[in-house]
Amino acid sequence: MWCPDWPVVAAGLPSTVPAAVLAGGEVLACSPAARLEGVRRGMRRRDAQARCPELRLVERAPQVEAQRFDEVLEALEELTPGVAPIRPGLCALRVPPRYYGGERETAAVLAERVVELGVWDVRCGVADGAFAAEHAARRALTQDVWIVPPGGSADFVGELGVDVVEDAALADLLRRLGVRTLGAFARLSPGDVRTRFGDTGSLLHRLARGEDPRPVARRQPPPELVAGSAFEPPLETSEAAVFSLRTTAEQCVEQLAHHGLVATAVRIEVDSGDVTVQSRTWRHPAWFDAPALLDRLRWQLAAGASAGVPGPGRRDEYRQGIGAVRFVPEETSAVGEHAETLYGSGPDAQVERGAARVQALMGPEAVQALRSQGGRGPGDRVHAMPWGERVPVARPAERPWPGQIPAPAPATVFASPRPASVAGAEGQRVLVTPRGAVSAVPTRFRVSTAEPWQQVAAWAGPWPVDERWWDEASARRIARFQVVGVDGRAWLLVLDGDTWFTEARYD
Amino acid sequence: MARLEGRPVDTAAIPVHPALAGLLTPRAGGVYGVDAASLALTLVSGPSAAGAWCGVVGCPDLGLEAAREAGIDTDRLVAVPDPAELWWEVVAALVDALALVVVRPPARVPQRDAARLAARLRTRQCVLVVWGEWPRCDGRLSLVSSHWSGVGHGHGHLRSRRAVIEARTDVTVSRSREVWLPGDLGQLGPVEQPVAAARHEQPDLQLLRGAS
Repeated sequence: MWCPDWPVVAAGLPSTVPAAVLAGGEVLACSPAARLEGVRRGMRRRDAQARCPELRLVERAPQVEAQRFDEVLEALEELTPGVAPIRPGLCALRVPPRYYGGERETAAVLAERVVELGVWDVRCGVADGAFAAEHAARRALTQDVWIVPPGGSADFVGELGVDVVEDAALADLLRRLGVRTLGAFARLSPGDVRTRFGDTGSLLHRLARGEDPRPVARRQPPPELVAGSAFEPPLETSEAAVFSLRTTAEQCVEQLAHHGLVATAVRIEVDSGDVTVQSRTWRHPAWFDAPALLDRLRWQLAAGASAGVPGPGRRDEYRQGIGAVRFVPEETSAVGEHAETLYGSGPDAQVERGAARVQALMGPEAVQALRSQGGRGPGDRVHAMPWGERVPVARPAERPWPGQIPAPAPATVFASPRPASVAGAEGQRVLVTPRGAVSAVPTRFRVSTAEPWQQVAAWAGPWPVDERWWDEASARRIARFQVVGVDGRAWLLVLDGDTWFTEARYD
Repeated sequence: MARLEGRPVDTAAIPVHPALAGLLTPRAGGVYGVDAASLALTLVSGPSAAGAWCGVVGCPDLGLEAAREAGIDTDRLVAVPDPAELWWEVVAALVDALALVVVRPPARVPQRDAARLAARLRTRQCVLVVWGEWPRCDGRLSLVSSHWSGVGHGHGHLRSRRAVIEARTDVTVSRSREVWLPGDLGQLGPVEQPVAAARHEQPDLQLLRGAS
């Protein structure tokens, strides 16, 4: 079963609008409307836009593609067991043909179910093997089926050109050798193919002969890892809840361990009455064990009980007591990846608890971990992320960042720049010409409206920065200056347009 | 006397950056005040370089690039930039867990709250570095003067600074020293005594005169 242009479908773009999904600046997939305009796979962004100016472009989101396809897989699993996903947009099923009254009928039932999910372009192919079936589906029309009769796979596959091979280098080689269809390739002797093309060629040779050695691997439905318990009658105090959930937390961790997993993020949901009154995701820089889970639960309940703390839970919401608590593992990873932290080279457990306590008081974003990153301004070079989360650093530090101020860095970087003033000898405002020269020599300056004016003892600059010019919203054209006052203090001033700001202090 | 006051008698000295060695000997459980961000960073860099976890509370303005240049391991830093009204609770939570906490105190610090926090610091053996005013400090570092070089009139860039740091504690007389903060190569350390100063055998006087 094949859903064409899956990246476009998953992005939620209607097929009637010309749209394309980009990966690495090239078109990965486009909608039928875009294809009519001449947009093709592998085209560069500019070429695609030249063909079709009203083309809507979105970046590829593999995560979303997989998630949307998971919905399709789940729907199909309701109808028939043993769905094997091949990649997002393509899956193979082994179906008993007579259950729905024949291959055509089975395909119709499955297609109908997928269309119900809003995926209207779905095509089925029926053949002896997954490879032949995939290409049969590619030949089918929208919401239709293409059936290769039993035993006819070899003939069907034989008509295909060698271009269908995913290995582009091998396809090119075969074409240059004069082998243009898979049928011609199939007629070569297996021994020769193996010596010349190795294992990959050998596998392809078997596919071309209509044999499909790859078994249709069934998808393992994701195991149910949620652990929780309900209280009847509801519990009044959070301490009682934490105490009763001890075994549940242990079960939750054990269940995960049984699958060779550990949880790195867990959502804790608390019900009162029949409503979920508190739901919050907790992250752990290493992984959760049962006491850590219980700590998080205790903090969550405490945060909800103390009025005045911003958050979803307040005391009055617990009027009906604590009805149920669930631990929902949101992110898991294999135990092996955390082998290091098992032996204690991760962050100190004590530090972890301290940070988590502050997170419980103020919310997970209040505590930050810091990593260095690239950037031109002094404030841009540090990446602050919520404690416990692993956010990839967007700007690598090791790249050259032209326009950055040489070391030493200022010790005080104002979180919000203050309005400043810089004047020349006649009191005129100092500006920077488009060519990067100063309009007048700075002689007096004031670092904020509250401070008095003072004479400039020394100055350096400008360091012009023309940042993110490709993006209108975040584009900045600024120039930085280092200014030392007669009192010996040094400042980093910024000229943005015709306004001066104090960005940092060298104190 | 210390025993009568109920504090541990032999509190351990924490590692201190070479630039401050001999000027101030911070001890675990103490409160140290500074009046400039660079001094706070220099004070933190000693324990941080030795592998201790440090915290920064309520200082969104602290330059972390400069922190790294001072030798602080930013991977072992916990930052709470805006603790809002929960300042005392956040500081108390971090004092329990970390070896050193840098704070920018709220506008008014009541003597009682400061004393209560001091007791907590002593039991947890955590150092508090206060960037700003505090009722009672075990030691205070202040920047007396600083002289930047490397920048001219429209050319060059800030390269190095000679600064005079003064240290005051409640038991010793105030001491001062001229240091590179930082030097030409990014290093932090005492300025070598000029030859003239050694001959006159009045190092302290010479240093101060050189700075003014």
